[in-house]
Amino acid sequence: MFSYLTGRLAALLPVLLVVAVVVFMLIHVTPGDPARVLLGQDATTEQVAALRHDLGLDRPLPLQFALWIGRAVRGDLGLSFFLRLPVTTDIAEHAGPTTMLALLGLGVALAIGIPVGIVSAVYRNSWLDQASLALAMLGAAVPSFWLGLSLIVLFAVDLGWLPSSGYRSPGAGLGLSLHYLLLPALALGLPNSSLIIRFTRSSLLDVLGNDYIRTASAKGLPRPRVIFRHAMRNALVPILTVIGLTFAALMGGAVVTETVFSLPGIGQLVVSSVLRRDYPVIQGVVLLVATIYVLVNLAVDVMYFVVDPRVRY
Amino acid sequence: MPAGLPASGGRIRRPGPAALLARMVRRRRIVAAGLVLLLIVLGAALLAPQLAPYDPVALDVPARLAAPGHAHPFGTDEFGRDILSRTLFGARLSLAVGALVTALATTAGIAVGLIAGTNRRADRLLMRVMDGLMAFPDILLAIALMASLGPSARNVVIALGFVYTPRIARIVRASVLVIASQEYVEAARAVGAPVARILLRHILVNTASPVIVQATFITAYAMLGEAALSFLGVGIPPQIPTWGGIISEGQVYLRQAWWISIFPGAAIVLSVLSLNLLGDGLRDFLDPRLRYS
Repeated sequence: MFSYLTGRLAALLPVLLVVAVVVFMLIHVTPGDPARVLLGQDATTEQVAALRHDLGLDRPLPLQFALWIGRAVRGDLGLSFFLRLPVTTDIAEHAGPTTMLALLGLGVALAIGIPVGIVSAVYRNSWLDQASLALAMLGAAVPSFWLGLSLIVLFAVDLGWLPSSGYRSPGAGLGLSLHYLLLPALALGLPNSSLIIRFTRSSLLDVLGNDYIRTASAKGLPRPRVIFRHAMRNALVPILTVIGLTFAALMGGAVVTETVFSLPGIGQLVVSSVLRRDYPVIQGVVLLVATIYVLVNLAVDVMYFVVDPRVRY
Repeated sequence: MPAGLPASGGRIRRPGPAALLARMVRRRRIVAAGLVLLLIVLGAALLAPQLAPYDPVALDVPARLAAPGHAHPFGTDEFGRDILSRTLFGARLSLAVGALVTALATTAGIAVGLIAGTNRRADRLLMRVMDGLMAFPDILLAIALMASLGPSARNVVIALGFVYTPRIARIVRASVLVIASQEYVEAARAVGAPVARILLRHILVNTASPVIVQATFITAYAMLGEAALSFLGVGIPPQIPTWGGIISEGQVYLRQAWWISIFPGAAIVLSVLSLNLLGDGLRDFLDPRLRYS
């Protein structure tokens, strides 16, 4: 186990290095001089040169990278151009809504995806199966931001059941917080359930073909017991993978969905930073999200190892 | 020339694309649905100037925020612009971006995949880079790239093309590794065929099926990606009618005029659905191993 973990961690280093290089280069692929872009066309050459020096842009690229990555691993992502505040503070202030939305969205995706996938596999080739696959097909084609707007039209404007925008932190009462987050979570969760439906279906179908399932049925166990006690336990293991994979889509989707519901999360931070060309913030967010994604997938692999004793590396 | 091999130039008659498509539709009926939908979207895009009842950017302030009806089947926006016309013209941009992103990602992906699949030293470096690129959520990387490149249709294509290149590269590399060890490639090498010819005629041709399938999905992702970028205001500038852009403009008027945002979104769903149906059908047809029992 220990050697497996260290091996996996070592394999992550090159990936994280590439991630860091790409994020670092974001500011350097801008057409023109970032300092000039920041100061506008009216700035004098001296002002631009001074800012270049302040930002360290006049140093050789490899040195800039080394300094930047050295600070980043110590948790220092620099100061934002706009507010001159530490980027980490900015991110920390916006992380709450995004985390809540992503977790609830995952909850919705699983709550829809796993049962629908089970029904689809158990009643294979029936109309239920067809309907489930049609749902999965449709889910993959619907942009979460548009689904969000449609849900607002239906549940907030027409029916008046739920608020169309805003955020209340769970600290102010979990019920109230969920009340505000329900529509965003549905908008994010529904499209992301389609991969889970397909994965659950094919995973369960694989397991249902095994001898021990036939044995369990042959000794007279009721069908639900066979499916939930014998088949699902084994079918769930590959579904772990899909949760890891879905994480990227959830984070990306959360960023877009937030703007629809005016949630003060990472998405709003990124979009406003893009419009202001606040590169340190963009770099910080992208670096952090990619790192978390890599670690989530590592965690999924480790869970495989823990959950399924047959998995040995 | 060894005996028993057909002389070079003596071609075996292969079924053309039309015949293959017909065969595929016969076997998987759902593909037909995807094709019909795609043809409708393509037709709408190509014939937009003829089909659109109004100029998509013409202002008609007295008719502002008109509900869907006879004069304006999809209603009008806050400037009285006709949503149906704007949606039709939006199809052109959306499809063009989808096609160009796919072309870019496929070309770059094939190049990277071929190099990685045939050169062991380059392989390690290139595939680490591809792994690193795939560690970013697609849309977030695209947003970050757009921040650097600046909003324009060209830059949306570049950003999304970059984001989707690793998917093609991985597939091509994996196929090349499998195919390069096959006997017929060894045979081609043994008879002294030049490397470029082996790569092109023997290896690349056989990676075509998975690449075509993936390219279909990438077109769908790219259309969704462009819509998201334009919706967020970091994609194609708002002067040009795009589906994402129209949805974003309608967001402010959601309470009075739901139609501004809802119709272009439905167009996105239809287009992406058609491509996904086609991609699924192609995958089942081209790779019989994947077909469900």
